[in-house]
Amino acid sequence: MSAGFDPSGRLPAAFMTPGVSSFSEFLREAAPDLLPGRRPLPPGTNADVAPHATTIVALASADGVVMAGDRRATMGSMIANRDIEKVHAADEYSLVGIAGTAGVGIELIRLFQVELRHYEKIEGVMLSIDGKANRLATLIRNNLGAALQGLAVVPLFAGYDVDAAEPAKAARLFSFDVAGGLYEETGFDGIGSGSLFAKAALKKRYRPGLSGAEAIELAVEALYDAADDDTATGGPDLIRKIYPVVMTATAAGTRRLTDDEAAAVAEAVVRRRMDNPGG
Amino acid sequence: MAMQFYASPEQIMRDRSEYARKGIARGRSVIVLTFEGGVLFVAENLSNALHKVSEIYDRIGFAAVGRYHEFEAVRVAGIRLADLRGYSYNRRDVTGWALASAFSQNLGAIFMEQAKPFEVEICVADVGVAQDRDELYRITYDGSVQDEPGVVAMGGQAETISGPLRERHRAGLTMQEALRLAVEALASVGGEGGNPRTITEAQLEVAVLDRQRAGRTFRRIAGEALAAMLAPPAALPSAEPSDALPSGASGAEPSGAESSGAEPAGGESAEAPAVEGTPDAPEPAGGEPEAGGKSATAEEPGTDKPPSGNPPSGNTGG
Repeated sequence: MSAGFDPSGRLPAAFMTPGVSSFSEFLREAAPDLLPGRRPLPPGTNADVAPHATTIVALASADGVVMAGDRRATMGSMIANRDIEKVHAADEYSLVGIAGTAGVGIELIRLFQVELRHYEKIEGVMLSIDGKANRLATLIRNNLGAALQGLAVVPLFAGYDVDAAEPAKAARLFSFDVAGGLYEETGFDGIGSGSLFAKAALKKRYRPGLSGAEAIELAVEALYDAADDDTATGGPDLIRKIYPVVMTATAAGTRRLTDDEAAAVAEAVVRRRMDNPGG
Repeated sequence: MAMQFYASPEQIMRDRSEYARKGIARGRSVIVLTFEGGVLFVAENLSNALHKVSEIYDRIGFAAVGRYHEFEAVRVAGIRLADLRGYSYNRRDVTGWALASAFSQNLGAIFMEQAKPFEVEICVADVGVAQDRDELYRITYDGSVQDEPGVVAMGGQAETISGPLRERHRAGLTMQEALRLAVEALASVGGEGGNPRTITEAQLEVAVLDRQRAGRTFRRIAGEALAAMLAPPAALPSAEPSDALPSGASGAEPSGAESSGAEPAGGESAEAPAVEGTPDAPEPAGGEPEAGGKSATAEEPGTDKPPSGNPPSGNTGG
């Protein structure tokens, strides 16, 4: 932590500056070394130096959004980690998942979580969901230099919009590109190397107004399809009891399915595939 | 008026203390107390938007009295400091002690270096796993910090209310008992003719650090929930006769404040505070400047700056 006290004991000016409610803007003044994307990188492409995280899917259900991610991180053709967690609650009503360079992605999620909380504590109100998505886009944009050298990270953001005019429109999904582009999605979306297959599966099965349980099942099934065809995506690991991370965001807040619940859903999907491997 | 070119350091510090104390005494009080389920903040505050109590971190809350823009700056600095620490290390590594220490350093430096001290008094509360692990720090305008077990009262008539409050506070209070205790204490001063006032939920800002919650423990209690808790006491099992609290006149006597620990213990601040010398005018919130010069020193001209120079416009007197 570079922001120390000056000898008199006064906090540095950045701490007392009025009008800044953003944690990342504050970090730029007080401790720029903690910001991802501010670090000098050696020239060249370095895509293979760090583990990569893969498939995330999100879809809208009748009462909110569901996001699920597989548990595999890869380095080239190696499995770097079997039980990485790529889907997290960004705050009380929104979820964020990452694909791409795992280390950078996890750091970005942490920063994003602090960013949202920080704003809420200083301002006394939560950011709007569009504000949150914009903020995440800015964080991604700041990582562009590293992304061009192979350390790219792309998030998927979904949440329950507490300000929505009607409950049916409260589920919101946003996708991003490495340059910080922000795109609102309808219905469902996926990111990562297996997303091609996951989205194809969702395209055939998704319909508006799915119940929460149906949406969860569909998400896990889409991940299964991704794992089926993409080596970088891990399927449910029944032997080690490692199942996809599934989270929901509804009017009641965010919730992560317990291990037992996720196991039940994943095992049901696997059982069905025993009769019909293609789903 | 004779110009005087030398003011002794004692004189300067005394004047600054005097000035800060007067500013703080004009506002209404805030009480922070521990109870079975966490830490309770009770402030008299008519505004719904300008808070005197707020969240700093997962298990840390903040309460302040005095000039709004000054304690707001301290509060924001606290949030930044806490979030920076939590981001650099881990969320568990953010402690109330570290924050209290930083606030104390900061206020102390401002008190020494700036022409005008911050007219604020601040409480940092850190809710522990059990009631005896709760930490309440009270930081005054000059940077002195005290670790006060159980109860902190700050602001207008803090000395008057904190003695009885401390006597009646005990381990294992329920939230409702703690709330009623605090509201009774707030109401015990400032009424017509020294009688207790009636305080409704609209005049209160109440928040709690909930011991049992995981993650962020701070939440506000307002509206219906607050009204329900304030509803006439059906039968408070542990309620003592209400005359345990002073009835204004006697309680406002400076001697009533004696050993309550509410006195800033930092020996470097000036001696006897002059602020509670208003037993006959218990309404603290008027925002009108204190009848000048309760202590002889304050009237002395020729210090480098007149303490009564700038009006206390920014005070959240209520």
